[in-house]
Amino acid sequence: MSGPNFSNPVVRWIDHRLPVFTFMHHEMHEYPTPKNLNYWWNFGSLAGIVLVIMLLTGIILAMHYTPHVDYAFQSVERIMRDVNYGWLIRYIHANGASFFFIVVYIHIFRGLYYGSYKAPRELLWMLGVVILLLMMATAFMGYVLPWGQMSFWGATVITNLFSALPGVGEWIVTLLWGGFSVDNPTLNRFFSLHYLLPFVIVGVVVLHIVALHRFGSNNPLGIDVRGKQDSIPFHPYYTVKDMFGLGVFLTIFAAVVFFMPNAMGHPDNYIPANPLVTPAHIVPEWYFLPFYAILRAVPDKLLGVLAMFAAIAVLFILPWLDRSPVRSATFRPLFKIFFWIFAANCVLLTYLGGKPAEGIYVILSRLATVYYFFHFLILLPGLSIFETPKPLPRSISQPVLGSGTAGASKENS
Amino acid sequence: MAETHEGATRRDFIHVASATMGAVGAACVAWPLIDQMNPAADTLALATTEFDVSGVEEGMAVTIVWRGKPVFVRHRTAKEIEEAGAVDINDLPDPETDGARAAKPEMLVLVGVCTHLGCVPLGQKATDPRGEWGGWFCPCHGSHYDTSGRIRKGPAPTNLPVPPYEYISDTVIRIG
Ligand code: HEM
Ligand code: FES
Repeated sequence: MSGPNFSNPVVRWIDHRLPVFTFMHHEMHEYPTPKNLNYWWNFGSLAGIVLVIMLLTGIILAMHYTPHVDYAFQSVERIMRDVNYGWLIRYIHANGASFFFIVVYIHIFRGLYYGSYKAPRELLWMLGVVILLLMMATAFMGYVLPWGQMSFWGATVITNLFSALPGVGEWIVTLLWGGFSVDNPTLNRFFSLHYLLPFVIVGVVVLHIVALHRFGSNNPLGIDVRGKQDSIPFHPYYTVKDMFGLGVFLTIFAAVVFFMPNAMGHPDNYIPANPLVTPAHIVPEWYFLPFYAILRAVPDKLLGVLAMFAAIAVLFILPWLDRSPVRSATFRPLFKIFFWIFAANCVLLTYLGGKPAEGIYVILSRLATVYYFFHFLILLPGLSIFETPKPLPRSISQPVLGSGTAGASKENS
Repeated sequence: MAETHEGATRRDFIHVASATMGAVGAACVAWPLIDQMNPAADTLALATTEFDVSGVEEGMAVTIVWRGKPVFVRHRTAKEIEEAGAVDINDLPDPETDGARAAKPEMLVLVGVCTHLGCVPLGQKATDPRGEWGGWFCPCHGSHYDTSGRIRKGPAPTNLPVPPYEYISDTVIRIG
């Protein structure tokens, strides 16, 4: 294993003592990548770029923001009206959070469809779920900072979730609040943690990538790379493809930031927080709606909270629920159908989470919640026993180059 | 053999003992780091509120602030008191008699925080929806409270709590 030969003597001098250039060359240039990746594989690098955008705009916002109940709302309005380009930076940050979730949710569904959570990528997948949880905590606390009505009541309802825990519940909630209700101490600590957690996310992303580079990317066929003819170097092939995807993404993102910056927000958050009046309809940000729907579907307080957390916890054990050795849905006729039903069910839950908890919406929420867990806990383990997968191709190159051996082989994975 | 065995045991003891001391030390250091998050002395100092209830007319309700939370003071009508008293408490999700919840029956004092997830229930204003039992209605996830502030229907597990309070004169209450 000899490293790359750098022509620049300074680079060579440094690399001999601190092999960062070898490392970068190895992991981002020659890094062999399956040659059949489709555009769904763009969303990982996109998520990384959005994280950087959030860090940059967030640090700038923190230069102008005041974390105090008497000034927070005004300081955000000042950012919007008086700070040079403050409106742009805040709109990028606020909409960036939504786009971050869009990108990451697509990234997750990509993994679900192509079986990217299966051996040997279980830890890679679980680190991804950790990132999702950290993102949720970060976005929740960020949304509290402007101290509007939705900020305040969102914080109240979500922190109160912990009061459902028997025995320690009240104690935990007081500890989170630093008082007897959501108040200035709460705002201060949320700001502190909102600043911290994104950097923790960066740390977990590094681990996520280390785990990724151990076995390389999965691919649309879900079969292992069989040799040199199945892969291409990351640079320039995928750097260019990722750049193209980034361009498309930024175009859409810019369109929202400039032309409909409040479309995904809630107007009540432009009313300063009032601890004595709850808005008639409190709804969380759209990216929490499926989980909110699950919370409300269960008539019991504690069980509702547990169901909501279980909806994410079940993702952790997914690699052991879906035992089918075939990764990609392309070769799993039944799984493919159920994947789309599951996806539609998630969209339904998102819709229901935004509706008032009454009448038909409650009934539908209950059905959709049951289906959500049914998919993971019963359907997937069952399918891995009863489904007959289609024959897998011999290798990534074979379907393209058609090397005659019409791949009826059942070996693999 | 016996010697090595004995030696190993003593060494094990030292390992366990020092690991235990380390754990105790770490816990001692961790506690201040956790407890700093609990309410600070000045926050606790604001923990009582006094209020003169004589201004609250029959049928009227007033919201005051205690520990940053809304407290409902409602001067109930004779009909409301009667309805609250007439319930068979065994039918209630959180059984409590009306008598135990109001020091003076006409003047009901409650923490105005829904016991589900902490929203402020509606019902203080005459124009508010008051739910199926004429008390309060929480719009967040649909909890109905009766004229004694007891939960009757919806996801909230318990009644609206009665804060600790006493009459320090005929008309002034001190909460907390
Ligand atoms: C994982 C990355 C991040 C996410 C998902 C995120 C999310 C959010 C959200 C949803 C808001 C509310 C926006 C609004 O409606 O006004 C917000 C506000 C804020 N964030 Fe972040 N954030 C991230 C990183 C950061 C970082 C690294 C900082 C640096 C200190 C930061 C500082 C702020 C500040 C000062 C505000 C309040 C100003 C405002 O509301 O616009 N954020 N964040
Ligand atoms: S907070 Fe009142 S019903 Fe949920």
